[in-house]
Amino acid sequence: MFLASLLGLSRLQFALTAMFHWIFVPLTIGLGIIIAIMETYYVRTGNEFWKRTTKFWMKIFAINFAIGVATGIILEFQFGTNWSNYSWFVGDIFGAPLAIEGIFAFFLESTFFAIMFFGWNKVSKNVHLLSTWLVAIGTILSALWILVANAWMQYPVGMEFNPDTARNEMVDFWAVALSPVALNKFIHTVSNCFVHGGVVVVGISSWYLLRKREEEFARKSIRIAAVFGLISLVVLIWSGDGSAYHVAKKQPMKLAAMEGLYISKPGTPIVAFGILNPNKTIARLESDSLGYALEKPYLFNISIPQGLSLLVDRKLNTFVPGIEDIIQGGYTYVDELGNEKVALPVRERMKRGKIAIDALALYHKAKEASDEEGKALALGELKENFSHFGYGFIEKPTDIVPNVPLTFYAFRIMVILGGFFIAFLGLAIYLERRALLSRNRWFLYLSIVSIPLVYICTQAGWIVAEVGRQPWTIQDLLTTGASVSGVSTSSVATTTIMFFVLFSVLLAAELTILFKVIKKGPSA
Amino acid sequence: MLYFLQHYWWLLVSLLGAILVFLMFVQGGQSLLFGIAKNNDEKTLLINALGHKWELTFTTLVTFGGAIFASFPLYYSTSFGGAYWLWMAILFLFVIQAVSFEYRGKAGNLLGAKSYETFLFLNGLLGTILIGVAVGTFFTGGSFVMNKMSITNIANPVISHWTNGWHGLDAIAVPFNLLMGIVVYLAARTLGLLYVIKQIDLDYLVKKAKVQIKVTGVAFVLGFVALLAALFTMTGYSVSPENGLISPVRYKYFFNMVELIWPAIMLVTGVVLVLAGIGTALFFKGKNSFFLTGGGVVLAVWSILICAAFNNTAFFVSNIDIQQSLTLYNSSSSEFTLKVMAYASLFIPFVLGYVIFVWRSLTKTKMSNEDISLPDSHKY
Repeated sequence: MFLASLLGLSRLQFALTAMFHWIFVPLTIGLGIIIAIMETYYVRTGNEFWKRTTKFWMKIFAINFAIGVATGIILEFQFGTNWSNYSWFVGDIFGAPLAIEGIFAFFLESTFFAIMFFGWNKVSKNVHLLSTWLVAIGTILSALWILVANAWMQYPVGMEFNPDTARNEMVDFWAVALSPVALNKFIHTVSNCFVHGGVVVVGISSWYLLRKREEEFARKSIRIAAVFGLISLVVLIWSGDGSAYHVAKKQPMKLAAMEGLYISKPGTPIVAFGILNPNKTIARLESDSLGYALEKPYLFNISIPQGLSLLVDRKLNTFVPGIEDIIQGGYTYVDELGNEKVALPVRERMKRGKIAIDALALYHKAKEASDEEGKALALGELKENFSHFGYGFIEKPTDIVPNVPLTFYAFRIMVILGGFFIAFLGLAIYLERRALLSRNRWFLYLSIVSIPLVYICTQAGWIVAEVGRQPWTIQDLLTTGASVSGVSTSSVATTTIMFFVLFSVLLAAELTILFKVIKKGPSA
Repeated sequence: MLYFLQHYWWLLVSLLGAILVFLMFVQGGQSLLFGIAKNNDEKTLLINALGHKWELTFTTLVTFGGAIFASFPLYYSTSFGGAYWLWMAILFLFVIQAVSFEYRGKAGNLLGAKSYETFLFLNGLLGTILIGVAVGTFFTGGSFVMNKMSITNIANPVISHWTNGWHGLDAIAVPFNLLMGIVVYLAARTLGLLYVIKQIDLDYLVKKAKVQIKVTGVAFVLGFVALLAALFTMTGYSVSPENGLISPVRYKYFFNMVELIWPAIMLVTGVVLVLAGIGTALFFKGKNSFFLTGGGVVLAVWSILICAAFNNTAFFVSNIDIQQSLTLYNSSSSEFTLKVMAYASLFIPFVLGYVIFVWRSLTKTKMSNEDISLPDSHKY
């Protein structure tokens, strides 16, 4: 079974730790700004009400922040412990954002966090307010650098392969830091965190309204959080549209999996809602190609004609390749530089990938033998085929297909919930303005239900991004299989269980502490 | 230029490591739980005094990880992926620390205050020892093999792995590493006691710390002398900058100190400061002892870490095949990356500036039980 293999367990551990971490981070980032806005009200008006409100949400922030830190340290070191091959192969590019994150963001957060929580009586009001803003900015900056690193894995730019060191080396820092995918990912993720923070604040505040407690506190919190959330949601949707464009250009297989699209046509439709046919699995393409071909991709679907073509290219008749199209190649596409090209079949890319890998080995043999001619020849071969390097590690063409149902449904859950939050936050603003919140108890219940929904939505987004890009750690250049450390399967199994148990207990503790703090309320 | 940058980055990474050992006074302080801090008031006060600083230590550790990844990725890859269990144990011990300050005193914390205190204690004791063991491997190496060209072996492209099943736990059994671990722990505990003396306004706790410093401080100094004796008599490995060949050299680290001289001056100054700090705590009020000893620890650790890699020394030796050992030359990032990061490092003084500003504005006065019970305080 795949999950019991070294690769399967290493991926499971990474997914587990990343998902745990991502339970806490969005709230930290979103709440950070909301708190800073509230404290700004306090400093400007001098009204103690705002101080009390700020301090209550700060309590929630601190409880959440601590466990975010705890789960975050694992992620950083895991690149070394579980993905050591990866760490060398691209460490020259990937390490820099992590170091910069430490220097610029983590110190900002952790230093001013101390003033934010322990400095109320020790520094002036303005210094305190500045510190709160700096913590909020620090959380956003740390997101920036880790997302730059993540975007680079999905859209590698600004580097060259060095055959002497057998790794990729950075040649253009700004191309890495300001790549369109990095900027888009940053905006999309941070605006997602803002929406997340907004929805959670609305949800918790609604609970007080249901209980007829702390009504002024709850209403004013809802006002700030809902407006902030809705504005962020507009940015979120706009950046989501941008990310579809980049995915289509660089990760067509991810897009095909997101759509459950096997064989495409010009003017590709987009599935608004659908249920996949569980019998149409990519494994059958090889074992039972006839049976596979007879199965329809969906049991049920509602599609918007030409929707996908419009989304990714703004044109009605663009051909967006499906899973089989990509495997078989032969269609024409326009690359990032605007050149029209014919897609190579995956088998051909696998062949060229192996040529690149062999050329690297030959280059080193020639180097040891001081054979300059052999070196030049091997180098030429390597350069010509390097863009297929990762395909050399692929065993069969269908291995480049990610988990289709997981990507497909996660994408739909994310989009549908995103749509729901527009209505939800819009309604929250309307009801609050008209002072109708307390009279519409159904809405208050809905607000509480929205808290778990926003967590599901946020996690689903990362599932699309990370499951959808399999099998690549670095798109087209390195597979997860070739990235993994040479540790024993049992070791990774043991640490995975350890982290799962530890994080679950800590999560349970966090929740019970949060519930107690909320129950006590801001007056406590 | 590359040569300069490789050394510049080793200097910076070593400095981060040295500052980390100093800041582990937080861990040292945590190890006093159940020891000098017995009843709840004492524990709460100690935990709050340390709690204002723990994130700084934690951030330094994380930044140390990021910086060594970015500047010497082959070390990151080989040591973390090889000495897997050693690093995992360290990580585990720091995960349990990160929640404990915040959750210990909160209602509904599920495990009870005592569990979180135990987490802090374990992090304070074992976290420091294991980090010391990991630092020890800079001198004693590890049982790993490394070949960058393995990436061309499609069936098994792993470029480095540990050759025994202990995956790094074997490093604890190396006497030098263990000694290093114990010395790091004693340094942290000494600094933790000095921090209590400087920062806490509770007479009997300070008195107990002053009694303790006699034992811990002396043990630290003796341990440190033993460590230096072991370090200066051990065989190190030298790398030829021309052809990259690695060969054993007796008394390598002693020669590094003597040949470079400036690390030796740093070391001696560090030792003097450490002694001055402990001495002032023993015979005077000890108001400045914490920073004296802390500064001394930074200088001493920095000088030792510099000698681990400068003067053409292999800083992570493969005990299986010494030619596969890691040096500044074969493990660093490219010149371009090191240069980009060198620009980023110019902001470090600015970061240090605001860290010092915040530290000073929060620790102008000693901390008492009344302080942490004020309505506006965030109590741990």
